[in-house]
Amino acid sequence: MANTIVLEIARYSPERDIEPRFERFEVPCREDWVILDALNHIKDRKDGSLTYRWSCRMGICGSCGMMVDGEPKLTCATFLHTYARREKPVRIEPLRYFPVIRDLVIDVADFMRKLKRARPWLIRRDEKPLAEGEYLQTPQQLDDYRQFSMCINCMLCYAACPVVGLDAQFIGPAALALAQRYNKDSRDQGAEQRTDELSDHDGIWGCTFVGECTRVCPKHVDPAGAIQQYKLTAAADWFKSFLMPWGARE
Amino acid sequence: MAGRSNDPFFWGLFSAGGVVAAFLIPAHLLLFAFAFPLGWLDAPSYARLLELVRTPWARLYLFALCSLPLFHWAHRFRFTLYDGLQIKHLNEVIFAFCYGGALAGTATAAYLLWSI
Amino acid sequence: MPSPYTEFHPRWYRARVSTWWWLGRWPYLRFILRELTSLAVAYFVGLTLFQLHALSQGPAAYGRFQETLRLPWMLALHFVALLFVLYHTITWFNLAPKAMAVRLGGRRVPDLLVAAPNYVLWLAASAGLAWLLLRG
Repeated sequence: MANTIVLEIARYSPERDIEPRFERFEVPCREDWVILDALNHIKDRKDGSLTYRWSCRMGICGSCGMMVDGEPKLTCATFLHTYARREKPVRIEPLRYFPVIRDLVIDVADFMRKLKRARPWLIRRDEKPLAEGEYLQTPQQLDDYRQFSMCINCMLCYAACPVVGLDAQFIGPAALALAQRYNKDSRDQGAEQRTDELSDHDGIWGCTFVGECTRVCPKHVDPAGAIQQYKLTAAADWFKSFLMPWGARE
Repeated sequence: MAGRSNDPFFWGLFSAGGVVAAFLIPAHLLLFAFAFPLGWLDAPSYARLLELVRTPWARLYLFALCSLPLFHWAHRFRFTLYDGLQIKHLNEVIFAFCYGGALAGTATAAYLLWSI
Repeated sequence: MPSPYTEFHPRWYRARVSTWWWLGRWPYLRFILRELTSLAVAYFVGLTLFQLHALSQGPAAYGRFQETLRLPWMLALHFVALLFVLYHTITWFNLAPKAMAVRLGGRRVPDLLVAAPNYVLWLAASAGLAWLLLRG
């Protein structure tokens, strides 16, 4: 294995540049290094102005998402040596389909707004009094939504989804998967509220089941599956309310 | 509740058409475009085919086979034009073309199967 | 609310998505090909309508229709159409389980086991159609 590896990193400064340019850095190719280690090495020893986000360095905070050779990845979970064999520089770019603030840092305000629209919290019509104790849940009830609860909001799915890129209003995979996470939670009573908001052409119906979101998700949330299941229940509800409007739900 | 967008309706049609297309079209195409014209299998005679098509069940079956897949196409192609060509600003025109086409095909099928 | 100044900062770089975005990666190309299968589906309906029309116009007209089907370019076109409709069938059956999250006895049934009955039913329906048309 070669001793060093070249990274080709997108640089962009809003004060200085019209569009991003690429800069090459040669870093040691240590067997246990991930892309994030290489970035930290560059920032520490070569160019302190390199700007990027990271935090936990163990794949749980969701901060370090970037494009590595055109694929959305968590840089703390992507090993350098995977790319060493390719004999060409590894391209590091900011997450696709987001505005770039600087270098590898993107603006997430739009994502946060979309996430809020999904109402990712337990909604109750009536709260149980404290004296009655906790909301109990069987392991099977947990299993109904557990997979969708694994989302770390890393936005890799947004960088993978072409609809996100083509339609600025599209709510996106993670928000919809998280909506489903709460819809399927036995403690939640807010499915109707959420669906009123999300059963729309920029909500679940904007999804064309490309499936890339599921493929790139580092936590195996399967947002594509969540959205298709959501479509089925939302469509069934729609047809039911259309054919039997007198059966008004609570 | 039903005051939400009409997308579920079109998606429902898309799904129904997709199921019909998935199960039935390959065999139909293989038989009628290859096996019968090329003699791989003994084609039903003209008389036999006409007799079959004229039964009520066949008329209904063929109507479903011709109509639902067109609505599947309408929905899917509409989105392909939006995403593939990024011409969402023409969405009224696209909608009219796609669903108009599906309705025209359905009407033609209805006429042919009624009068055959 | 974030201030409009920072939110719509004019100097933040916003890459335009190319019209050829779908050629950029294999998964995107496979997706577009899957979507384009709908054209083959619509074509099949058109072909069937023409066939029904020819059928209604008498044996001579139907015979001419059969002749047209045998033309080399027709066969080539139909071969391409066949590939596309098969791709539709396969992708449809493989993706359908995702929408259904079938559970049996509390456990999630693996996607393959949900897709497999579709394939079996497909083969049965195809065989049934052939039998119906082939028996005198």
